[in-house]
Amino acid sequence: MSRRALTIVKNGQPVALTELGPLSVADFREAILEAVQEGDRLACLCADSQLRLFAVLADDAGKTLRVARTQLDQPRYPALTPVCPQAHLFERELAEQYGIVPEGHPWLKPVRYHRPWTGGEPQPLPLPGVMDFYRVEGDEVHEVAVGPVHAGVIEPGHFRFQCHGETVFHLEIALGYQHRGVEQALEGGPHPLSLKQAETAAGDTSIAHVWAYCRNLEGLAGVQVSTRAERVRGLALELERAANHVGDLGALSGDVGFLPTASFCGRLRGDWLNLSAEVCGSRLGRNWLRPGGVQHDLDHALVERLLPRLEQAWLETQDALELLWGAASAMIRFEVAGHLTPVQAREIGLVGVPARACGISLDVRHDHPFGPYRDHAVVPVLAESGNVHSRAWVRWRELSESHRYLAAALTDLGRTSCEPRPGPLPGLAADSLCVSLTEGWRGEVLHLAITDAEGRFARYKIVDPSFHNWFGLALALRGEQISDFPLCNKSFNLSYCGHDL
Amino acid sequence: MMHILLSRWRQGHRTLPYPKELPALPARFQGLPRIVAAKCPEACRLCAEACPVEAIGFGASGPSLDLGRCVFCPACVEACPEGAIAFTGDHRLATSSREALVTTGTESYARAEVLGAELKRVLGRSLKLRVVSAGGCNGCEVDVNVLGTLAWDLGRFGIQYVASPRHADGLLVTGPVTRNMELALRKTYDAVPGPKIVIAVGACAIQGGPYCHREEQLGGVASVLPVDLYIPGCPPHPLTILDGLLRLLGKLKEPR
Repeated sequence: MSRRALTIVKNGQPVALTELGPLSVADFREAILEAVQEGDRLACLCADSQLRLFAVLADDAGKTLRVARTQLDQPRYPALTPVCPQAHLFERELAEQYGIVPEGHPWLKPVRYHRPWTGGEPQPLPLPGVMDFYRVEGDEVHEVAVGPVHAGVIEPGHFRFQCHGETVFHLEIALGYQHRGVEQALEGGPHPLSLKQAETAAGDTSIAHVWAYCRNLEGLAGVQVSTRAERVRGLALELERAANHVGDLGALSGDVGFLPTASFCGRLRGDWLNLSAEVCGSRLGRNWLRPGGVQHDLDHALVERLLPRLEQAWLETQDALELLWGAASAMIRFEVAGHLTPVQAREIGLVGVPARACGISLDVRHDHPFGPYRDHAVVPVLAESGNVHSRAWVRWRELSESHRYLAAALTDLGRTSCEPRPGPLPGLAADSLCVSLTEGWRGEVLHLAITDAEGRFARYKIVDPSFHNWFGLALALRGEQISDFPLCNKSFNLSYCGHDL
Repeated sequence: MMHILLSRWRQGHRTLPYPKELPALPARFQGLPRIVAAKCPEACRLCAEACPVEAIGFGASGPSLDLGRCVFCPACVEACPEGAIAFTGDHRLATSSREALVTTGTESYARAEVLGAELKRVLGRSLKLRVVSAGGCNGCEVDVNVLGTLAWDLGRFGIQYVASPRHADGLLVTGPVTRNMELALRKTYDAVPGPKIVIAVGACAIQGGPYCHREEQLGGVASVLPVDLYIPGCPPHPLTILDGLLRLLGKLKEPR
């Protein structure tokens, strides 16, 4: 059973479930393992209440997505994790959500600490920080516990360090505090609140998530989005990326005590966010996109107002960041901290900025292009060292690319006139599957929709890039000083709610 | 060093002159809603039916909008055939009570009151807040955080976010309070020395926001702690948050 036997799908194009002939469990496993062996990435593995398993495999270099399906007779199957570490968190999720036991998994520890979705007698639930952790035993080994309430204004998570003096032997990250039930809320949908829930799945990545959600609806409804609306969506996504990259680079400067860039970027991030607000009224791009197109278009006058502000923000951002790259004391701190190897990155299925910082070429806009990126190619920005410096550098170069895209898109949009808002979408295709990927500022955002016989969501799966990448942070800390944790953490800047959903 | 000084000169002094002058808000900003009940057709309930969070009710004086539930999606505005509901550019939304968030658009909106005399004496000149995200999507969190940047410079009003609840005078809470954060939130509150205040920021923290129907959350901060200030929005603009904080401390010199 090779990966060639799997069904090839296109980003955002639906496929009828009947075309996804269920494989036997053994073939399903073998196909996934072989595909990963050949260099594919396990982008998604999930189940539904009928004990169907679905896997999405991304061949990024070959620009292909493949989907596999199987039907379990009983809630157990031989785990993939022992041979395919990328699957470890997905399989823990299967066990927690549907009580499916991947046999041979090293530890089916809960991921989000909720009741099983299959119902049954509610067990007394443990809380994320209040349970067993991997422990290192020995003289002078000690444990440091941090969170869920942290010193900064950030979301809650629990970090458990096994240390020897300052050196971190092992870090285990326990999340789940932010679990609001996003995926289950979407089941039976689309509901009136579904769009808002997609926007707030990770509220600092609203555009990337809501775009993936809209593309699933549009794919399943067979609706073509206009070129102009796609261009406006690209504008929204790149503004989101630029604002967050500016904020992250400022925060990284702050974490090594280089205050000029930290201060300038803190304000400049707002200038980028305010560009989004000029179009849609919200700094975070809320209510901008809607299924079928966009809620807010830009007329010529607005484009004329935005262009000089974009150039001003970019000039001042360059000024602030060139200071950082010229500060040797900051650079040396960036270069020695938070190292990951390309081998580690591939093994755990890292995506987004941290993967590109390890030299792995992977960017949905390039590999599985969607919307405007089909015509306006994006070249993935790579770095080699896999450390904090590389992750900062990738952000900086991407910022420059985003600015280029934004200037071109605004100019284009100013030349043509606004379009009316799209009307409601027709019904969704029944018994179908649609997988939609976008490249958010953190990395690959994946939404997988499976419809029932009435064209409602039988299952809606969201994979935020943070779901893949939190484990990367844990690995990057091994052998580092615990005092460098804030810097390493910021260099990944992962989402808690995007993971917890 | 010279480079830094030159940059400093180029970037200039960028702290907003607020509250002396109001910063420009975007034209499409959604602030306090205006409701003209006289425009409502007889027995029309289209806005209420369109609202995904049941924020719109109907009383003797016509429709009312509960800003504590509202997620500021424009469903009601779009549903209304008569243009009876519109969001204005008024950013001043914070209130002292949950009930005050329900607006009919016909009477004046009861904005937040100044703290009681004793609390104002203790906290009025220096307010240290511990921020707790209890299931927030990082939308409210980033716009709370932004007040600490040099553009807003929260410190000049004597307000500061602190690292430990032991150093705090109160909590600023975002998120609907997930079941998994309830214990941590209670413990953080208990660790704050009295007298203390609690501020709920955003639709989630007030009533659960887009997750108000989910059993994984408790429906807002008030289900767990006594709340002194409600700041609605999804997420609220930084100016709305700052306006609320300054009202609470009696630092806004304007007719109420």
